[in-house]
This record gives sequence, C-alpha cells and structure tokens, in this order.
Amino acid sequence: MAGMTIKGFKKRSRRPMSLGDRMFEYGNFIFLTLLMVVTLYPFLNTLAVSLNNANDSIRGGIYLLPRIWTIENYKYVLGEATIFHATMISILRTVIGTVLTVFCSAMVAYTVSRQEFVLRKFVTIAFILTMYINGGLIPNFLLIRDLGLIDSFWVYIFPGLIGVFNLIIIRSFIEGLPESILESARIDGAGEYRNFFSIVLPLSTPVLATVALFSGVYQWNQWFDVFLYNSSNVELSTLQYELQKILQNSNASMTSKSASDGFANVGQQGSGVTPFSIRATMTIVASLPIIMVYPFLQKYFVKGMMVGGVKG
Amino acid sequence: MAMLGEADLTPAARARPLARPNYHASRKERDRMEKHAAGLASGTVPSKPPSGIKSFLIKLGRQHPLIVMSVPFLIWLFIFKYVPLWGWTIAFQKYKPALGFWDQEWVGLQHFRFLFEDERFLRVLRNTLAMSGINLVLGFATAITLALLLNELRQVAFKRLVQTVSYLPHFISWVVAAGIIQTTLSPDGIINELLMKAGWIKEEILFLGIPEYFWSIFGAGTVWKDVGWNTIVYLAAMTMIDPAQYEAAEMDGAGRFKRMWHVTLPGIKPVIVVLLIMNIGYLMESGFEPQYLLGNGMNVDFSENLDIFVLKYGIAQSNFSLSIAAGMFKTIVSFILLFAANNIAKRLGEARLY
Repeated sequence: MAGMTIKGFKKRSRRPMSLGDRMFEYGNFIFLTLLMVVTLYPFLNTLAVSLNNANDSIRGGIYLLPRIWTIENYKYVLGEATIFHATMISILRTVIGTVLTVFCSAMVAYTVSRQEFVLRKFVTIAFILTMYINGGLIPNFLLIRDLGLIDSFWVYIFPGLIGVFNLIIIRSFIEGLPESILESARIDGAGEYRNFFSIVLPLSTPVLATVALFSGVYQWNQWFDVFLYNSSNVELSTLQYELQKILQNSNASMTSKSASDGFANVGQQGSGVTPFSIRATMTIVASLPIIMVYPFLQKYFVKGMMVGGVKG
Repeated sequence: MAMLGEADLTPAARARPLARPNYHASRKERDRMEKHAAGLASGTVPSKPPSGIKSFLIKLGRQHPLIVMSVPFLIWLFIFKYVPLWGWTIAFQKYKPALGFWDQEWVGLQHFRFLFEDERFLRVLRNTLAMSGINLVLGFATAITLALLLNELRQVAFKRLVQTVSYLPHFISWVVAAGIIQTTLSPDGIINELLMKAGWIKEEILFLGIPEYFWSIFGAGTVWKDVGWNTIVYLAAMTMIDPAQYEAAEMDGAGRFKRMWHVTLPGIKPVIVVLLIMNIGYLMESGFEPQYLLGNGMNVDFSENLDIFVLKYGIAQSNFSLSIAAGMFKTIVSFILLFAANNIAKRLGEARLY
C-alpha cells in the first residue's frame, strides 16, 4: 500500500492487495478519469470558445482555455432581443410547468395511494395504459389544433401536465409513509385536503424534488413542441429552439470545410461576434442552469430512479 | 362497531374513520353497517362489503374530496391521451381535412399496404430496428461495465465525483448534445485533429457526411449521454448484495475479477433481466431527437427512422393518412412487444413494469 501515490487512495481492505489487484485499482482509476475527461471536455471547450474573442476563435486551436479573454459574446447573446425573449419564455415555461406538474402529479398520486379510494384501480389503470398506447404524433397534433392551443403558451404546459413515471414514483413514496401519521391526523378531524396539503406534501419533499428536477429539465430542454406548434410565432420561441435553428443552419452547410465556415451567411462582421461564438455561448447559457442544479439533487433523484426503475 | 373495525381488514373497510362511525354515519348507512356486522358475525357475508351500485355511490359520496382531487385529471387524461386515439380512424380513410368524419372516403388497409411496398418505409423500419438494437446492446454492456467499475472503487469521494460527472450529459438537451457532437466530429474538430496527429488519417473525415458511419455515431453519442445515468439502477442493486458473500468468496481465494463475475453479476441478474425484457418492449422506439438533429441530406438513408418518417409525411407533406398508418403500426407493435415482455417477466417471477 505504501507504493500508492495516487491522492485519495486509502487503505481499506484488511489484507494487503496482490499485484493484480493493485494493477486493477490503477487501471480502473485511470479509466474512470479518462471517462470524466471525455464527458467534460466538450463542455469545457465550448466554455473556452464562448469566453474567447470571436474572430480569434475561427483560427482554431482553442482547447481548455480562451486565448483572448472577452465577455463580448455573452453581452451580445443576452443583449439580442430575440434570444433574451426566448430565454424568458424558457424560464417561464420551466417555472410554471414544473410547479403545476409537481402539484397535479402529487395530487393524483395521493388519491391513488389511498387504499380505500373507490376509483383507485380505475384511475391507476387509466394512467398506466397511456404508457402502452398513445395516439402518436399526428393525432396529437390534430387534437392540439382542434383545441386551439396552437400559437399559445399553454401548449407547453397542458399536454404533458402529468407523466405516468412521475405519478408512479410519487405514489410509491406516499405509500411508504407511515400510515399511523395519516391515521392520527384523521382521528384529529383532518380531512383529505388537510391531509394532503399539511401532511403528505411536506413529508414528500424528497420525491417532489426529484419530480421537480425531471420536469424542470424536460421543460427547459424542450424544443420540439415549439417547432411543431409555435414555430411561426417568434414571441413564443424558447432558448433551445433558437439554438436548434442555429444548429440546423450549420448542419445544412455541413459540406463546408470547418464548423466555423458554415456561418458565413449569418456572420456579423465588425460586431465582435461570429455565429460560431454565438452558438458556443448559447450552448453554455442553455446548459448552465441545469449543470448548476442537478448535483445538489443527486441523492434525491438516485432514490427516485431506484423506485421507478426497479419497483415500477 | 369496534368489532367490525378489527374483523374487516379489507382496504376498503379502512376507508372512513371506523373509530367513530356512529357520530357521522347516516341512518341508512348505520343500518347497512349493522347488517354487515351481523353478517360477519354469522360468517355468511364475505369479508368484502356489499358491492351494489348503491353502496358504491354512497362510498363515492363519502370520498368526495378524493374525487375532486382526481377526476379533473381523469378528464385531462381522457382529452389529451385517449381522444387522439380517435385519430387512428384517419389511417383507414382517404382523409380530406375539409370534410366531416362521415363524409370521408374509407379505403380500408390501402395505406398499410402502400407502406409495406414503399422502399423508403422499409428502409426507415430497418434503421429504427438497427438503431434501437444498437442502443439496447451497447447501452446494457456499457452501463453494466461502468457500474461494475464504480462498484470496485474504494474511494468514496472519487466515486461520487465520477458519478456526478457521468450524470451530466443526461441532463442537457439533445440540442446541446447534438451541437457538441457536431463540433467534435467536424473536420476541424478534436477527433479529426487527434487522428491526424496520431498519423492514422491523412486528411480530415467528414464523419456526419458518411452514411455508413451514422449508426456508430448515434451509438457512441447515446452512450456518451446516458451511460452514467443508466448505472444508477445497477449500482442500487449492487448495494443490496450481502457483504458476507464477498467475504466468503475472498476466503475461498476468489480474486477481484472472480468476485465481480461470481458475486456481483449474479447479484444484479434479476435487475438486468427485468430491464432487458422491458427494453425489448421498446424496440420500436429508437428515439427521435438524435436522429433528427444529427441527420442531414447526406446520411439520410441511415439516419431516418420511423418517427422522422411520420413527421415528414404528416407535418411537412400533410399526408395525414399515411403518416398515421405508420405511427399506428409502430404503436401496435410496441404494445404487443411490451405486453409480451411484461408477461415473460411475470412468468420468470421478476418484478414487473406495473
């Protein structure tokens, strides 16, 4: 063990490790470190490009650190009216969508967790069946059109209000709460509403945090419903959709030699930014909120996945 | 009444506060309950309460808060998830949007027959199955391997770090991920640069422009995005393995790999089996976003899958009938696969999806 030089290695096993074991530890450590590098490098590279002088980035050779530091790209992206507005819509749909999803899912989950509820089976099956059968893209599109939800903000909220997976993990959690708490509250005269609002909701914080994370990530990352229903209305565009449009542009000009050349048609010469740098900057803006939140909710969503993945 | 509370242990009987029923129960209800209690005493009534429409309505009335909390969402569910199924009728019509339902011309299975003679549809079907197959095999192999490696780590802090980092790509959108993949694979991207420096290639490769490469790119991209996330379930299952098993194996002289092979893997076998079966049920779902976002005119023959086919026919060309027929085919096959998978899992005695 004394030969171990890698920081953080501690002696845990009771007996000395064999040579093979030690080789394995080293190999494993190196492999997993490499895995982290492969995972993180693209983000760090994008971050470096977003903080580098736009015209300088085109020369290439930016890896982990900017060559000429600047916040010009961020100033431009956040100052651009369309992108700023789209960011606001993204925030709005994330907040409203998440709050409503968590609240409504918890409410339904509470009712189906009450063993005595006469419609328990019916509600559960009605929801679970939708996991197996769905109308598909076009029938859904026709429904949204007939409901008059096209060109409206609420098309982001209503169709996905309650997810079956969320419902299942909240229900499992509520069913795991000690029955005696609800029982004693009931004896004290608390009705279903009070039980739900003042006992079940506060006690379910861990699972609700998980669902909030899933729902928030979904809402923030969603671009397809914007594309499908609101693509003609720039007022309702979201950050991800704006980014997708830029991406599609550069994809169309894939045949050009480099990723940065592809933007020639939309280049803003003289303004100190290029589409290449704008894309990098928007990528960072579009992923930063999530990157900052998820590590803190890790222990919650890991539990949620265990319940949802294994138990169902 | 207290006796009833103890004797009748069916969930339904725990419904309302049986501890104090006499204060609140209506006269009728009290009669019913007394009758019920009498029946119980003489052993003639099954432990289930009488299940007439009347008693159902009484219960419904008593549980009105629960009704208020769930029925609005049932209506929501009906409108948004069940009404669209009605749209499937369009697959059997020569649909003209201007006409009402009864004025449409019915054509039977014509659209389905057309689909299976359409070369493009068959190619799309091949791509769908190929990509979901790649996803399945590669997804399982990599996630289980990574979980095994993480499980062998003794440094808790390092393990936590690797886990947190590996979850990251799962949370970012496919738009961002596709952008990253595009940049990485572009002619002046890092992959080409590394390959050039290593001297393996002489000039840059336009990875996304070569159709045959698309499946590999898709597979690698999906693994990059989800491998960390997919380890969660396996790691959870590994914590359930009794440490005594490892100790016993160690006593018997089993080395690290032998312990992984003979203790850890068999320990998580049930989870692997369930997930594998469930994933077979999702064979028709190869995803939509990666193919749509990474696909381009050059690799379309390998990137276009069923969902994109439906989108292109339906939204872009407004050929609703054909598009719905394709979507319907997908849903029905998925349904059969899922149902079969669930039943197989049940028969094997493993946990099920529901």
